[in-house]
Amino acid sequence: MDDSKNRLNEKKFGRRTFLKRFAQAAALSSAASATGCIGLIQNNEMLQLKWKEYFKKNYRLMTPQEKEETVERLERLAKIEKHMDIQMSSQNPINGVLFGYAFNLTRCEGFMECVTACVKENNLDRQSHTQYIRIFEMEPGGMSPETGNGKYFHEVPLDNHFYMGVQCFHCENAPCIRACPTKATWKEPDGIVVVDYDWCIGCRYCMAACPYYGRRFNWSASQVPYNEITKKQHYLGNRIRPKGTMEKCTFCVQRTRAGKLPACVEACPTGARIFGNLLDPDSEIRFVLKHKKVFRLKEDLATDPKFWYFID
Amino acid sequence: MYKKYRISGEGILSFIKDIIVWDLSGGVIYQLYLCGLVLIMMFGVYAYFLQFNLGLSVTNMSDIVSWGFYIANFTFLVGVAAAAVMLILPAYVFKDKDLHKVVIIGEVVAVGALVMCMLFILVDLGNPLKAWHLIPGIGILNWPSSLLSWDIIVLNGYLALNSLIPLYIVYSHYHNRIPDKKKYVPFVFISIFWAFAIHMVTAFLYEGLPARAFWNNPLMGPRFLASAFAAGPALISVVLGVIHSFTTFKIESRVFGKLRLIIIISAIINLVMLFSEIFKEFYTPTHHSQSAIYLFFGLDGYDELVPWIWTGISMNIIGTVILILNPGRKNPLINLPASIFLFIGIWIEKGMGLIVPGLVPSPLGEIVDYAPSWVEISITLGILSFGILVVTLLVKPALIIEQQFEKQMDMAAQLIHENNS
Repeated sequence: MDDSKNRLNEKKFGRRTFLKRFAQAAALSSAASATGCIGLIQNNEMLQLKWKEYFKKNYRLMTPQEKEETVERLERLAKIEKHMDIQMSSQNPINGVLFGYAFNLTRCEGFMECVTACVKENNLDRQSHTQYIRIFEMEPGGMSPETGNGKYFHEVPLDNHFYMGVQCFHCENAPCIRACPTKATWKEPDGIVVVDYDWCIGCRYCMAACPYYGRRFNWSASQVPYNEITKKQHYLGNRIRPKGTMEKCTFCVQRTRAGKLPACVEACPTGARIFGNLLDPDSEIRFVLKHKKVFRLKEDLATDPKFWYFID
Repeated sequence: MYKKYRISGEGILSFIKDIIVWDLSGGVIYQLYLCGLVLIMMFGVYAYFLQFNLGLSVTNMSDIVSWGFYIANFTFLVGVAAAAVMLILPAYVFKDKDLHKVVIIGEVVAVGALVMCMLFILVDLGNPLKAWHLIPGIGILNWPSSLLSWDIIVLNGYLALNSLIPLYIVYSHYHNRIPDKKKYVPFVFISIFWAFAIHMVTAFLYEGLPARAFWNNPLMGPRFLASAFAAGPALISVVLGVIHSFTTFKIESRVFGKLRLIIIISAIINLVMLFSEIFKEFYTPTHHSQSAIYLFFGLDGYDELVPWIWTGISMNIIGTVILILNPGRKNPLINLPASIFLFIGIWIEKGMGLIVPGLVPSPLGEIVDYAPSWVEISITLGILSFGILVVTLLVKPALIIEQQFEKQMDMAAQLIHENNS
């Protein structure tokens, strides 16, 4: 079609005019692509990526290749939309690892370095002051955070007080998992309870089911300052959560599956936080469980948390 | 008034055409009423547009009070939907002729209530565009583990039963045929069990959460049924009163009397169970009574719900007592304000009075107050208007067809009578 049209033009205008017009057209099109059209093409790419993202499967049903593809799409989208180079991982759990956590009530002095580190590492929404970790200032005589003060703004430690950190306890028998109507939250083989942020519909039934206030909701689009975003991300971990989905502590899956400690453990200045592999008999967490008197919160609910408190 | 409404032909097309024409024609007051409902709905759509774009942060819900006004209304309306069974059961099982004449109105009210329930769930979702994740096949429905998946199944099933049975009957009557009992009576019996199921499952949604002591209460299911069987028939008698007063479709006062009995019995059982709950919470207040203390008396200076719940309980008791005294012995319409009182009382108690204290104090003992934002109120009013519109647009053609069918039957009976004599 195009060829015959060109030939027609050739006849009409003669060879010279044709060449001239051809050159003009070429110049025009390159100018167009240099300016507005690139935006259009990129916009088109963005739409395609978003389209594929919208119709993708639940993360647990994806093949390794599909996981790779969605991670690539999300990286590309971050590049197009936010001009940001992120590295997103879909690393699987390591065999023979079951994560557990212990909290030393004697050591914690309520500095909340863990909270700050967690907020930064996990790209938590700064606008609503989302915190995965809550620290309660407790008076002697009780062991339940309900009797403590979760909002203290003074110099710590306060005399005759102790401090109790609370976060998602990654229960073995987690009520939130049972509640979810779409199987958007589950327990990974390494014991971490995760949320597929892109599969969650935002009904918040898991939030009602959690007896530990371990879950948070994105009431609006999350806001993290551009240069404070942690760029090493995990699909199930600290990537920027979409509006209207649940999120929660993932034991810093992006760090712990790469052999590092969770941000809160690394940040704690007093060494009150202990994290490790429950299946490794030589791990610190196993030492604590064997040699300290430990307890867990609300054991009567049979949730079997993998988070223990102990007193030195 | 219904004389000008004529059946224009046969077949599904003229059926639909007639319904649309009947629905749209009517006096000035009727037209204004429809326009008013549409206006409120449009404002609700505008509010939802805001919520859709900005997120649920435009509501007053928070990580602590994570369910609010939407879920409160949802829970209450499931009860209203279930209450249709209080007409269906006597009409079909005990062959009560008076209630049989109005059973269609009960079914339509149930359909309206269910449509509202679904909308309340939809507007409560953080990610409504991903609601397809719930559809088995293309998504994943976590059945049987999640009670929410059960609720989705029973609500949709009940909606199907309560729209298809009346549709079949009305469609047959439209063609002056007597509907084949074999074709619909089995489904009527299924729908009776199903009505109990929708409300029990909705109660189990809350009852099944050990994390929330206020909800984790085995009386929840039975009490849901009792309050529903009081509030639902109360609403139905108000709807009947409106139809009786504004249309040519006259409701016999015996119908109001029977509904009154159903309401009284259910309301008394409901109050007994409420008393039992209050006794348990306050005779030996334990750690688990915090929510009840917050609800009835306030906790640590947070007492937004206190006037609300006492209003609800007072209206509940006053409504019940008036209905027992029965001042409308001669004119049952006089009892309707008491029905409205009871209805609102149960709405308060089973709506906000049930949902919010379940979440406050939080599992870590933190207390926040909650009152719906203007966006939540606007969306809720929009959904309620939509529900009322659905009921109106379904009840009107149904009653026209029923009236004409009855007339045909009477004429046929007369003919037979004349032939015989």
